[in-house]
Amino acid sequence: MYAIEVRDVEKRYGALQALAGVSLAIEPGEIFGLLGPNGAGKTTLISIVAGLTRASAGSVKVMGADVVDDYRRARRMLGVVPQELVFDPFFTVRETLEFQSGYFGLRANGDWIDEVMHHLDLTAKSGANMRTLSGGMKRRVLVAQALVHKPPVIVLDEPTAGVDVELRQGLWSFVRRLNHDGHTIVLTTHYLEEAELLCGRIGMLKAGRLVALDSTSNLLKTFRGLQLKLRLDREKLPAQLASRLLAREGDRFTLELHDYAELEQVLVGLRQAGETILEFELQPPDLEEVFVRIMDRSA
Amino acid sequence: MTGFLTLFCKEVLRFWKVAFQTIAAPVLTALLYLLIFGQALEGHVRVYESIRYTAFLVPGLVMMSVLQNAFANSSSSLIQSKITGNIVFILLPPISYLQFFGAYVLASMVRAFVVGLGVLAATVWFVDLSLAAPLWAITFALLGSAVLATLGVVAGIWADKFDQLAGFQNFVIMPLTFLSGVFYSIHSLPQVWQAISRFNPIFYMIDGFRYGFFGVSDVAPASSFIVVVACLAGLTCATLWLLRRGYKLRS
Ligand SMILES: Nc1ncnc2c1ncn2[C@@H]1O[C@H](COP(=O)(O)OP(=O)(O)O)[C@@H](O)[C@H]1O
Ligand SMILES: [Mg+2]
Repeated sequence: MYAIEVRDVEKRYGALQALAGVSLAIEPGEIFGLLGPNGAGKTTLISIVAGLTRASAGSVKVMGADVVDDYRRARRMLGVVPQELVFDPFFTVRETLEFQSGYFGLRANGDWIDEVMHHLDLTAKSGANMRTLSGGMKRRVLVAQALVHKPPVIVLDEPTAGVDVELRQGLWSFVRRLNHDGHTIVLTTHYLEEAELLCGRIGMLKAGRLVALDSTSNLLKTFRGLQLKLRLDREKLPAQLASRLLAREGDRFTLELHDYAELEQVLVGLRQAGETILEFELQPPDLEEVFVRIMDRSA
Repeated sequence: MTGFLTLFCKEVLRFWKVAFQTIAAPVLTALLYLLIFGQALEGHVRVYESIRYTAFLVPGLVMMSVLQNAFANSSSSLIQSKITGNIVFILLPPISYLQFFGAYVLASMVRAFVVGLGVLAATVWFVDLSLAAPLWAITFALLGSAVLATLGVVAGIWADKFDQLAGFQNFVIMPLTFLSGVFYSIHSLPQVWQAISRFNPIFYMIDGFRYGFFGVSDVAPASSFIVVVACLAGLTCATLWLLRRGYKLRS
């Protein structure tokens, strides 16, 4: 059984194809990253998983429960932190969490609510009206709301957008701990270095299509290529190296290498052409780079 | 069941926290109507033989407040939740569309009854009121508030903006409640308007409710009962059908 199983899901809004046949399966216990530029369809996919939106075609299961036919079980299995900072201005933090808990059919859930508030540093704000909270605090309440019913699968839609660095780090260590306690985590984020550190597997969406789906380490290996940044005194790249050129700015060149062995060929080429190296930097690929290339490739 | 009860309590607490606007204000409005219309028309208008105009007016005002507030509660709660986006908190949990419907309608009926009792308590000092058939009065208050609360659910889900909802309120609900015999008996109207009034379901709610007080009405209460029950049944089916399809809520 998968934590989340998405099969051939399509979503059309009139003429717009927001999702064009997406399939993916997330194993229990994973931290899965869903990446993609704005408008790629991440929120739409999450909304379909959460039952907030209905797919035009295809099916979704959460812990084996179909999100339409067996929606009650599917929703009990799922905690969702929405992308927008939404809140109910009529109520306090504590009331908000108690109502949310009640909606999931839980009555005497006070101990767990206390614990969640404690972990998210909300205890001091327990009686504060939601309106009076800062953006970061509201975000924490959203996270707490997603956890009141102890769902095995937790989905966070850009939880760190517009959040300060400190809270972001606190949130990520909290996410890691939830994962350690056995929760499956799915998140979307714009901070690729964080996805790289946090996510075991990554799916990349572009214009409603899944253009990459692999473990983070495999994705990084696909572009094992290294980047060599050089400053050359004669500002002229030898012809035999032209095929490696990725970018040029004045006397600064960025070259692509497939592995470290190729470094020697490049150096030989430069020496034969009589070039002198003024600056030299060798960079391993990061997820940002991989992301940009995958997005370009599938243009 | 807990999900339904929680949503119901949350909806009750929501209007209770702003009771000044949701309860005190409509009671004051009704009281003003009584003072102005009662003062101006007392002695000029006599609807039924033995009933003074001010006394005639009170049940109409109570019922009008009940109906308007039943509609206002569900419709404004839903549109606020939709516009601020916090409706997701109710859409994410395993709450069925029936529970959703029941919680919004019942909470609105609670507000309608609180306001209705408030209006009654505030106006009863000015008039001599009998209660000839209290069961009819309660029945029509229950049915009427259920109809308007259901209509409020539909309007709140349908409207995307506050002005659309205000339009619905000003061009549908207000005319229907004002042209329903709150301030007059339809027998005092020209034939044409009498005939038109009979297509207004709110007319039957008010007429039937008034019967509960005076034991006289334009239409037999059993007939009004059938009309209102039919309205409620039709509207409930239509609303549940919309909710089941996820109309506008789960697009
Ligand atoms: N309710 C809607 N009606 C019409 N178009 C929508 C709606 N929701 C999303 N879209 C469109 O679907 C596409 C995907 O949006 P979204 O899933 O929010 O992307 P992401 O979360 O990846 O930024 C966008 O082009 C967006 O404009
Ligand atoms: Mg999004």
